[in-house]
Amino acid sequence: MPGTMVIRNGYVFDPLNEIDGEIKDIFIKDGKIVDDLKGNSLRDAKVIDAMGKTVMPGGVDSHSHVAGAKVNGGRMMCPEDRYKWVTKKGEITHSGSGNTVPSVYVQGYDYAKMGYTTVFEAAMPPMEARHTHEEMRSTPILDMGAYLVLGNNWFIMRYLKEGNIEKAAAYAAWMMKTHKAYGIKCVNPAGVENWGWGVDVTESLDEPNIHFGITPREIIHGLTEINELLGMPMSVHLHANNLGNPGCWEVTKNSLEIPRDVKVKCNMDVEWPKTKIDPQRNQSVYLAHAQFNSFGGTSWRDFESGAKGIVDYVNKTDHVVIDNGAVPFGPATVMTGDGPAIHHLYKLTGNKWSNKDVELECGSGILSFNYMKANPVHSAQWAIGLELLLLVNDPWKTILTTDHPNGGPFTKYPQIIAWIMSQKAREDTFAECHKWAQDRSSLGGCDREMTLYDIAILTRANPARTVGIAHRKGHLTAGADGDVTIYDFDPTKLEANNYTNIIKGFQNAAFTIKDGEVVAQNGQIISVPKGRTFFSEPHMGDGLEKEMLKDVKEWFKYYTLGFANYPVPDKYIRNPSPVQVNKPLESIVVR
Amino acid sequence: MSEVVLKPKGIIDIMVEAEVINPDVFAGKTTSEIEQLIVWQGAKQLQLCDFFDVEGSAGSSATDAKIIVRGNVPRVKHIGHGIKAGEIVIEGSAGMHVGSEMIGGSILVKGDAGSWAGMEMKGGTLHITGNAGDHVGCAYRGSWRGMYGGRILIDGNARSQLGGGMSGGEIHVGGSVENFPGIRMNNGLIVVKGDAIRGVGAQMSGGTFVVSGKIKQLSPGFESIGTEKDPKIGETVLTGEFIKFTGDYALSKTPKGILYASKDANEEV
Repeated sequence: MPGTMVIRNGYVFDPLNEIDGEIKDIFIKDGKIVDDLKGNSLRDAKVIDAMGKTVMPGGVDSHSHVAGAKVNGGRMMCPEDRYKWVTKKGEITHSGSGNTVPSVYVQGYDYAKMGYTTVFEAAMPPMEARHTHEEMRSTPILDMGAYLVLGNNWFIMRYLKEGNIEKAAAYAAWMMKTHKAYGIKCVNPAGVENWGWGVDVTESLDEPNIHFGITPREIIHGLTEINELLGMPMSVHLHANNLGNPGCWEVTKNSLEIPRDVKVKCNMDVEWPKTKIDPQRNQSVYLAHAQFNSFGGTSWRDFESGAKGIVDYVNKTDHVVIDNGAVPFGPATVMTGDGPAIHHLYKLTGNKWSNKDVELECGSGILSFNYMKANPVHSAQWAIGLELLLLVNDPWKTILTTDHPNGGPFTKYPQIIAWIMSQKAREDTFAECHKWAQDRSSLGGCDREMTLYDIAILTRANPARTVGIAHRKGHLTAGADGDVTIYDFDPTKLEANNYTNIIKGFQNAAFTIKDGEVVAQNGQIISVPKGRTFFSEPHMGDGLEKEMLKDVKEWFKYYTLGFANYPVPDKYIRNPSPVQVNKPLESIVVR
Repeated sequence: MSEVVLKPKGIIDIMVEAEVINPDVFAGKTTSEIEQLIVWQGAKQLQLCDFFDVEGSAGSSATDAKIIVRGNVPRVKHIGHGIKAGEIVIEGSAGMHVGSEMIGGSILVKGDAGSWAGMEMKGGTLHITGNAGDHVGCAYRGSWRGMYGGRILIDGNARSQLGGGMSGGEIHVGGSVENFPGIRMNNGLIVVKGDAIRGVGAQMSGGTFVVSGKIKQLSPGFESIGTEKDPKIGETVLTGEFIKFTGDYALSKTPKGILYASKDANEEV
């Protein structure tokens, strides 16, 4: 029977159910986790013996650049990132190429081999939504969704400046439905709009931008308010101002302070599973790639880690979750909606660079990059990325990423896991890299070694909870999707000092199971199901939407495309899996 | 030294990719094993013996192996790609990518070579007695670091982008070159006995470029710092009087690139 299986005798790590390495059987029926299998189902079920192995829910990546115009721009800009990294066509797999920015097929396969089944694209400009969906629907295996970039959107800025939060919410809701987007992303609020005029917002969070006269503070507060007014699955995903500049940690900390008073309300029309720990998010802001926003010092000469300032703040509050955006050294392609930040990097390095202005909405920049162990700043960045995971006490406030492909490609996750699980791994790298890693950070004084339970929080349970997909992902409770990863190591015999085994184990999962089917086994792709596309359908009153649309149509004269061509047609969406948000009570009654 | 002789069998239509013609690959193989080595023609995988008659066998180690290609093979690409040791002699013209990414050993082309000869090479010697195409000793497209070491000798002319992104090693051209030789070079030495058209050393940040003939159009970012008679650069001694330039100021305020151009041939500069 397809989608039905038993995973016997594995050591299970399921943090949302507080299961820490217990030997347990996992049952999947018709692609969903169940408590038990009986009779015919049990007899016909595929049985996987996981004795002596580690069992976790399927991996969830909550921040990765894997689909859309700027990802493809990175591919086009870097032929040298491809010609030595080719993947041959297999019997069921497509050929592909690329190291830091692989082609869509390779991305799907590589994530699946590592045990990941769900990946969210971190920045989808509304005008590039079609392109983003085209790439997501071509990515094999993975369930995906994309965050809509709204932090410098003309309508949002206009409504927020007018103080019309409800209209702004109606606009955001309409945009989510129009572009089949999952959550709200906010990139360098007020700054990217300024970049259209050649400047950034760097002075303070209270610096009004050109023409709209709105400040970063007003946008961050406004968007978080909109987000909770609608009751979106995930909180606002913030890429803070002044990113990549020495001393930027302070602006970041102050930005995190802004939504502190915003009451969290997740209003999704889904059935929440009965996990031990509440599967619903409790943060009002999710900070992206914190490493790039935790720079200390005042210049590149006195550059140092500013992680402590961020960590202290995250430790003493409960409304923030961060992902680290680690730097594992080696080639990377830096790409973001933050045009001025990438221009700054271009001025520093002289590397090849591309920039784009996305009309009334946002912008972006791409730059090819290489993080070198001999470079003092890069070495310190490596340390900052790890500090952010190791010094935050509660792992439920952190998520492991490389901000793929900004810090490095996602295929380096196993290396990051080794560094946070093994002090010896860190010490060995200290010995190889520039002394700033040790001298300009507090990483050397940290003896924390994370456990597999922590890793399960950082790579599946918490990303799922943070982006509001824990009603089906990130745990092994009855009703959840049958996504399970089995790693080929015995947790009772795992030694932190012998970290090459950790790297090897996480590189190729023994089994990656999605919806109750094996998709990858020991680095081989076994099946290539089509993943789902998650998006939110938030509801606001019809009257409000009509009024708002009048404004949108009026300003559409500034766009280079027609209003009718703006929405993403349904045919672009692979296995659409919408989540109803803020659903009016009546419609529930009617149903 | 053990020899393997490859005799081309007639005319090739679609170009053949034969990076297997390499002493490292041939070493320890019998004649029939060499015959069965896989080459690509378009999307098809074929055997080496579909295109060559193979005679002899390589010894146990690449160092003592010599491969002789007896004839013209302008439609065979990647001969000696990544070669580490041993010797390849092509008694005729070679196709594109001959000796690209080579690390050691030597390759002699008794004829012309296609584009991308010695691309990103790290060591060894590549000698082309005829003319070479574009991108000799150059970085791959998109990459900014080219040849790291080794020597390329071209008795004839080379076309454009010679030694692009060069980071080490030497290129000597007996004849002339065309556009943008030494673009973005940051180290190493390029000597051109003949003329160059334009863009010599454009965006160079280090290394030395010598043109013993005429530069038709000098890059604007170069500044003359005097003249030198019979300058000596490492082992290489030049004869005649040269104008010495530094550049490229278009890239940085303190460029370390050096350009020598013959004084007689470049009077108007």
